[in-house]
Amino acid sequence: MKAMRLPPHVMLLLPAVILLAAVILFPLLLSLWSSFTPFRLTRPDSVWQFVGLRNYTRLAGDADFWVAFGRTVLLLTLALNLEMLFGLGLALLVERASRGQRVLRTILMFPMMFSPVLVGFQFKFMFNDNVGLVNNALQSLGLTDQAIPWLIDGKLAFIAILTAEIWSSTAVFAIFILAGLMAMPRDPLEAARVDGCTPWQTFRYVTWPFLMPFAFIAMTIRSLDVARAYDIITIMTDGGPAGRTEVLWTLIARTAYSDARMGIANAMAYVAILLSIAFTAIFFRQLAKARAQVAADW
Amino acid sequence: MDRNASARARKLTSRWALNLALFVAMAIICLPGFWIVLNSLRPTVEIMAKPPIWIPRELNFDAYVAMFSGVGQGGIPVLEYFRNSLIISVTSTIIALAIGMAGGYAFARYRFAYKSSWFLGFMLTRTVPGIALSLPLFFIYARLGIIDTHLGMILVYVALNVPFTIWLIDGFFRQVPRDLSEAAQIDGCTRWQAFWRVEFPLARPGIASAGIFAFLTSWNEFALASQLTRSTGSKTLPVGLLDYTAEFTIDWRGMCALAVVMIIPALLLTYAVQKHLVSGLTSGAIKG
Repeated sequence: MKAMRLPPHVMLLLPAVILLAAVILFPLLLSLWSSFTPFRLTRPDSVWQFVGLRNYTRLAGDADFWVAFGRTVLLLTLALNLEMLFGLGLALLVERASRGQRVLRTILMFPMMFSPVLVGFQFKFMFNDNVGLVNNALQSLGLTDQAIPWLIDGKLAFIAILTAEIWSSTAVFAIFILAGLMAMPRDPLEAARVDGCTPWQTFRYVTWPFLMPFAFIAMTIRSLDVARAYDIITIMTDGGPAGRTEVLWTLIARTAYSDARMGIANAMAYVAILLSIAFTAIFFRQLAKARAQVAADW
Repeated sequence: MDRNASARARKLTSRWALNLALFVAMAIICLPGFWIVLNSLRPTVEIMAKPPIWIPRELNFDAYVAMFSGVGQGGIPVLEYFRNSLIISVTSTIIALAIGMAGGYAFARYRFAYKSSWFLGFMLTRTVPGIALSLPLFFIYARLGIIDTHLGMILVYVALNVPFTIWLIDGFFRQVPRDLSEAAQIDGCTRWQAFWRVEFPLARPGIASAGIFAFLTSWNEFALASQLTRSTGSKTLPVGLLDYTAEFTIDWRGMCALAVVMIIPALLLTYAVQKHLVSGLTSGAIKG
């Protein structure tokens, strides 16, 4: 058995490569193929019928699909930016706190432990128009005497979903930015103060560049898993009512499993995959850039 | 004197503003969890009451008792779901750790061509949305006959966890100085022995937290589980949660109770690893 001796790193990476190829890559190739067929679950042999780009051209002309697509991008953009902003704010707040930092940090991690399904469920409960906490509070405070249809009106439901999304993921940003703040050397801060920087200038030109890689790690981790939002949305509204909160992922699930139109669902899934990859690739780029910059500076 | 006093007053106000802001932020973070725990203990009448009852009049554990007393008692098969979740999560975590340790070690200790591309490639497999992956898997699993089985779920969760486990473990091995293993090898250890006797013990806390992270991912996963499981034979807790919403009415109290059951293991585990998790993920960022 001396003939087949691979270098050690190949041996070490082999299990991961084989597994990912078998469980992720191969199915994805299959789904790429079936996105070129009119495959329906009810008619298994239709998987062999090649129709070229028909599914994709149909999608290109499908208004519902583009609305869902736009809504997904809007949701992700808003959520990621707001989470970053809130996370930064939270991290700065906790870092300033004079006492109880350990407790505060633990509380900060709290939302990370919640499964997205649970997040969806608890916000569905809180935004329920009849028994929810939000409406109860608003009514008891006398701000309104109506039951606000949080999850029924399209715009309000979007806000509710966004709130749930932000609640569940701001923690990731806060924790990483906080780690950055704590790892930060003090000397440059002192130097900036001695040189007469305003607090804003100090933050903008000293603190932020140092925090950037941490923020991008958080962004990257977050972007790896943007489709988590599917769980939240499925539970809260399931894309409804009447498609008013439909995003790409709920549309895929509906088309594939309720309508059993696998072919076109796979075409949609490919668009969703490319979207996720685009998000991640952007952040990986930024991460590498920020990393190089910090390495050069410190 | 006057300036002193005003400066002190300003400092005091800013300290109070800071504390207030902190308090509000923490309250917002804690509120949803608190709301769930509270409502799992209240009778349904009180949850549904109009006008709302703010101060609970009666707290009891009825929901938990009902939940664990099995089907037919108004409960759902929580014990089965719990068992499925546990088997699937633990097994997939152990396998993912083994594969991830090998991969992470390779990234941390060896140089090879296109290393960063490989790394990015691994990460990109993680970006595939669960629901998109579930379509072909559903078909393949149905063909192989492993749909609605533990094996099927374990396979896909291992694949889901491996990229991230590699990232974390890579970070932890980087923190272990290379010299240590070299010193051990000079002293007569093989590389294999050096790994198990020197590098592994030093990286162990990190590896443990990578494991817990993988466990939580499997424990909480929903998109794939909701499509690839069908019966009490393999349904996991997140999917089981939906049992309460099957009809037009939602059993809020029961759902809250199940939510609490789901959260407790996650809570304990996350608390145990919080420190290592962050250091592992960021170590790569600073040292490059």
